[in-house]
Amino acid sequence: MFSDLTHALAVTTLPADWIGLRMVKETAGVRGVRDGHPEYNGETLSQGVMAEVLVNGQIGYGATNSLTPDAIQAAVTQGYRQAIAAHQWAVHPTAPTARPKVTGQYVSPFQKPLTAMSPGDINDLLVQLCQQMKVSDQVVKTSASAIATDIETWFVSSNGSEVYQHVLGIQTHFGATAQDGAIVQQRTNNGFRAHCYQGGWELFPSPAIWEQAVQVGEQAVELLSAEECPTGPTTLVLAPDQMMLQIHESIGHPLELDRILGDERNYAGGSFVQPQDFGQLSYGSSLMNVTFDPSVPGEFASYSFDDTGAPATREFLIKDGVLLRGLGSLESQARLEVKGVACARASSWNRPPIDRMANLNLEPGTDSFADLISRVENGVYMEANRSWSIDDQRHKFQFGCEYAKRIENGQLTTTLRNPNYRATTPQFWHSLIGVGNAATWQMYGTPYCGKGEPNQVIRVGHGSPVCVFDQIDVFGGGA
Amino acid sequence: MTQGSTITPENKTDAATANSFVGAMEASFQHVVTYLREHLLDGEHFTLELTAEQSQFTRFNRAKVRQTGTVVDGALELTLMAHDRRSFRTFPLTGDHVLNTNRITQALQSLRDELPQLPIDPYLVLPKGSNTSRDIYTGTLLSPDQLPTTLLTPVADLDFTGIYAGGSVMRGYADSEGQLHWFANESFTLDYSVFTPGGQAVKGTVAGRHWDEAAYHAKLKDSRQQLERMNVAPKAIAPGSYRTYLAPAAVAELIGMFSWGGVSEASLQKGDSALSRLRRGEATLSPQFVLKENFSHGLVPRFNDIGEAAPLSLTLIDQGQLCNSLISARTAKEYGLESNSAAGWEGLRSPEVCPGSLPPSDILNRLDTGLYVSNLHYLNWSDRPTGRITGMTRYACFWVENGKMVAPIKNLRFDDSLYQFLGEQLLALTEQQEFIPEVGSYEQRDIGGIRAPGILVNQFAYTL
Repeated sequence: MFSDLTHALAVTTLPADWIGLRMVKETAGVRGVRDGHPEYNGETLSQGVMAEVLVNGQIGYGATNSLTPDAIQAAVTQGYRQAIAAHQWAVHPTAPTARPKVTGQYVSPFQKPLTAMSPGDINDLLVQLCQQMKVSDQVVKTSASAIATDIETWFVSSNGSEVYQHVLGIQTHFGATAQDGAIVQQRTNNGFRAHCYQGGWELFPSPAIWEQAVQVGEQAVELLSAEECPTGPTTLVLAPDQMMLQIHESIGHPLELDRILGDERNYAGGSFVQPQDFGQLSYGSSLMNVTFDPSVPGEFASYSFDDTGAPATREFLIKDGVLLRGLGSLESQARLEVKGVACARASSWNRPPIDRMANLNLEPGTDSFADLISRVENGVYMEANRSWSIDDQRHKFQFGCEYAKRIENGQLTTTLRNPNYRATTPQFWHSLIGVGNAATWQMYGTPYCGKGEPNQVIRVGHGSPVCVFDQIDVFGGGA
Repeated sequence: MTQGSTITPENKTDAATANSFVGAMEASFQHVVTYLREHLLDGEHFTLELTAEQSQFTRFNRAKVRQTGTVVDGALELTLMAHDRRSFRTFPLTGDHVLNTNRITQALQSLRDELPQLPIDPYLVLPKGSNTSRDIYTGTLLSPDQLPTTLLTPVADLDFTGIYAGGSVMRGYADSEGQLHWFANESFTLDYSVFTPGGQAVKGTVAGRHWDEAAYHAKLKDSRQQLERMNVAPKAIAPGSYRTYLAPAAVAELIGMFSWGGVSEASLQKGDSALSRLRRGEATLSPQFVLKENFSHGLVPRFNDIGEAAPLSLTLIDQGQLCNSLISARTAKEYGLESNSAAGWEGLRSPEVCPGSLPPSDILNRLDTGLYVSNLHYLNWSDRPTGRITGMTRYACFWVENGKMVAPIKNLRFDDSLYQFLGEQLLALTEQQEFIPEVGSYEQRDIGGIRAPGILVNQFAYTL
């Protein structure tokens, strides 16, 4: 593949300041079962080349799904033509330094290759999961799915870059719906498709999966007769499978430099964070330590280089509650003159790189789960996201969870259904009063982070301990 | 559509050769179809779906170009069915017939190897019928060389941001029974926002098959007038319930939720639908509210993923009652129902909310005192069984007193049930609809849009 790309660069005669070619080959096996019957089975292949051409400070791009030399040359020519047409209107002159020369590779760690399980094996497992979740006649729907992805990326540039990255991933999900008349409740294993990791089939099935499947079914039924979540301000304890969403929406997106620069204002939105906030804003309580960490083995968005070739390293975004740097590429860093990270990522060959989250983690504290709960006189403990909504400045949010427990006098007591909470981002993170230790830290991911124009959906990973927040408004369901 | 007929909407231009990429894709598609039909074994059935595009994407920020480029893409999804089992393969389609043949050969063999390993699918529906259609719409779009100057010169003094997306979009379908559909549409959307220095914004959308500079300038003039109204300090509104006018774009956002656990028959059967209370007869919506699928405008193909053609019009909610759901052939087989040619995902493809009788000139008078909401943002079910939706106000939203716009508002979170705001709290619908184009481009450029009027709601609940 490298030879095709380097040949394309060699024969190009266009007077560009920089040309980059990024070829992506993505294959996936997707399997889904509902109520013990196959819902979908298939394999997908997407393949193509993105040509980025820098001329007079403007990058233009051409992308094609054809890998012939002529098609790649046509894509380069399109990119050049686009840059020429737009360079007088460039929002910021892009320097060649935004595309450094790099060489290297990255390969996901794995033990069992993606060929280790046959389509029949996977279907058998998914059918069994449905059977395990069907704990009573009140379970009216069970579903289970598994997706195995294999993504190879080759990146070369006119200034000598040559990067190969090979990412293997497994995404799994199972859940049950229980119904009693008008009352309907859903329970899943940690929220919809939260189990997203890099690796091979050693990740699935895990040793505890059958017990977890029974618990999912039982808790869906349990929720049918549970009390509604109470209304009012209280101590809120969030499990890592909800913290994933909380970190993503109220830390990750507002810290994206392209949002702060205004690029996203017409679609995903802007940010309440201002350029001058970096280095001084108290984002939350002093217990808050957040890292951008593309080096965590097995986390869903690990890599060594972003899609412009920038080397990726672990960086603190927030340390002891203070905002230090944003999620922004070399381009965005130059435009905004603040520190960023290697996060220029594209969803595939047919989209240009933009500022994205990757692995964004809340670092663990020192308290055990028992210690955290024991300090709560009255509160609510919530698990697994089921509803999410936040404003275009990432300020006012409302999130809902699948399952909750009342906390009374330092003990988890009765089960609660339809738990929701709402707050504003600065108020919420300044209310952080407890951070669990490494034993409470869990890692999840999602393939569904959407933003950008044209739209792009991308994979992210988030790890977090259990966290405690003071005086948060919680409420239940009902019209 | 009757079997064997051809869909021929008005204003269709048969100009396959006018766009060489469209012509090449159609030829490649036909080549693959022919190959498959010639190489199918006894007892095997297939469906073949194509999505393809040749698109220009130019993204703006602060009346400058942020990113600009083109994407040439095409993908086939081949589903093979045999011995009560099915599986699919998705792979690129290019103009290279030899490569395409190699890929289809590999896909076919891979599917034949896989099918015996899979469990029997009791709800498998084989394609049937002999429907064919060929709809090709051509346009006159801006060339990439003209685009930045044409779009940005008139807005050089504005904080203008957004995206132009234009070019040809193709959808194809064929199967082993002889059905064949082809849909190609050359069109554009310009989706933009203009901002005041204080961060207040106005949204605008221009869409069509033919670039019309005069229409663009007229739209900008309207945006500038709206922006003038935003140059007042925004008013903070306390949470509570307020009389509210929801403009067509806001209504379109709310109706979009009906495709996500709403009108799907499978969702209704499994308790996942927010409309289950309607189905069970425990609640009704306002008799003024009518929701239908209307394909008569020809903006999206009528064929679905097994080649069925949807009726030109299908009323889903009438007189506040759920009179039809969207039933795919697969759901129909599972529950012993009759398919109404819904897509496999049973979502709205060409929705329309019927207009009412409220004249545009009377909106503010009828609103009297309350909130004028132009757009909504980031909607989600907060409690699906009770139809409760949460989301944010966005763009040009105003506090209105005694029929006069007083000031823009700071954005508010709402959390209310559709059984309220489309039920007993629904006072009126405007007598005019607006077409809100679909501007999404995840994976590929979306097509179509929604026709909706504005609605006046007596009490709409804001919570944060």
